Amino acid sequence: MSIVWYLAVSGILFAIGLFGVFVRRNPLVLLLCLELLLGAGNLSLLAFDRYHAQGDGSILAIIVMVVAACEVTVGLGIVVAMFRRGQAIDVDKTRELHG
Amino acid sequence: MTEVLFFLSAIVAIAGAVGVIALKNPFNSVLALVVHLVALAMLFLLLHSEFIAAAQVVVYAGAVMVLYVFVSAYVGEEGETWTSGGRLQRALAFLLAGSLGTVLLIAMLGSGLRGLADAGELPTLEAGFGGAAQIGELLLTRYLLAFEAASLLLLAAAVGAVLLARRREDGIAEGPRVLAVTDLVPSAGTGSMTEGTRGTLAARAMEADRLAERVIAERTSAAKKAAEQAEAKDGDGGGA
Repeated sequence: MSIVWYLAVSGILFAIGLFGVFVRRNPLVLLLCLELLLGAGNLSLLAFDRYHAQGDGSILAIIVMVVAACEVTVGLGIVVAMFRRGQAIDVDKTRELHG
Repeated sequence: MTEVLFFLSAIVAIAGAVGVIALKNPFNSVLALVVHLVALAMLFLLLHSEFIAAAQVVVYAGAVMVLYVFVSAYVGEEGETWTSGGRLQRALAFLLAGSLGTVLLIAMLGSGLRGLADAGELPTLEAGFGGAAQIGELLLTRYLLAFEAASLLLLAAAVGAVLLARRREDGIAEGPRVLAVTDLVPSAGTGSMTEGTRGTLAARAMEADRLAERVIAERTSAAKKAAEQAEAKDGDGGGA
């Protein structure tokens, strides 16, 4: 089975994730949409890794997963801090970073 | 067989992704993402990346999603969906995401990558491709620098998350802080469940309460013991 199919699925998933990032306003859901984007990237990395059959793409995929985990921890920390301050959990209403 | 599995997991993955952006409650979005990630792991398996698939299920669908579930249960905001934005915003988003998806599909399915279309059959894989041994060897030899950078990044993210989510007693700490020796000694109640949920002061108060209760209990038991001893002595005296 050609890897073009996997790349097509990856492209569709990336477009869906991008659409979610544009339209959703809850930062929690935005983080979920970023997960979709990174997962789509991982899928095409692994598809090309299968194509070249050398294993380098797997390493890049692992690094992407590490970056995603870091992004999740920091992002969720920010969401929790926003909630504790009593701010609205809405990226449109969050206008200032200080305080 | 491979084709059936591929189309099945691709459909589930896309449905999960649509569920993430379409569901109203963030909690349900998280659950849809779990479905999506498991289907994605299935696709990874079909690409013979066993280790990544396992890591995806264990790390993502296991650990990270638990984090998401906890935070969405804690924050618990409901009511916003993809239709609640402005009409212009929705149209622009649809235009941008749709055109990007179209371009990607044209590049991949159409004329873009001619090498892929000409390749025909995929290369046969060596034994152990995508296993833990191969990935471990690559990570610790050719990609050692990336490995170390990733560990440093994880450390920085962990410290940053603790700093961000920490409960402050008076909003944001202002001005320079002077560190005293006593600051290095953890006060009573540090690291307890109470501190996490209700703040440092509450934890200290609870610890003080517990200490007072213990002192009172010790004193009562000591007094009771003394009274019993006195009674026993009285009884002895009466017997004699």
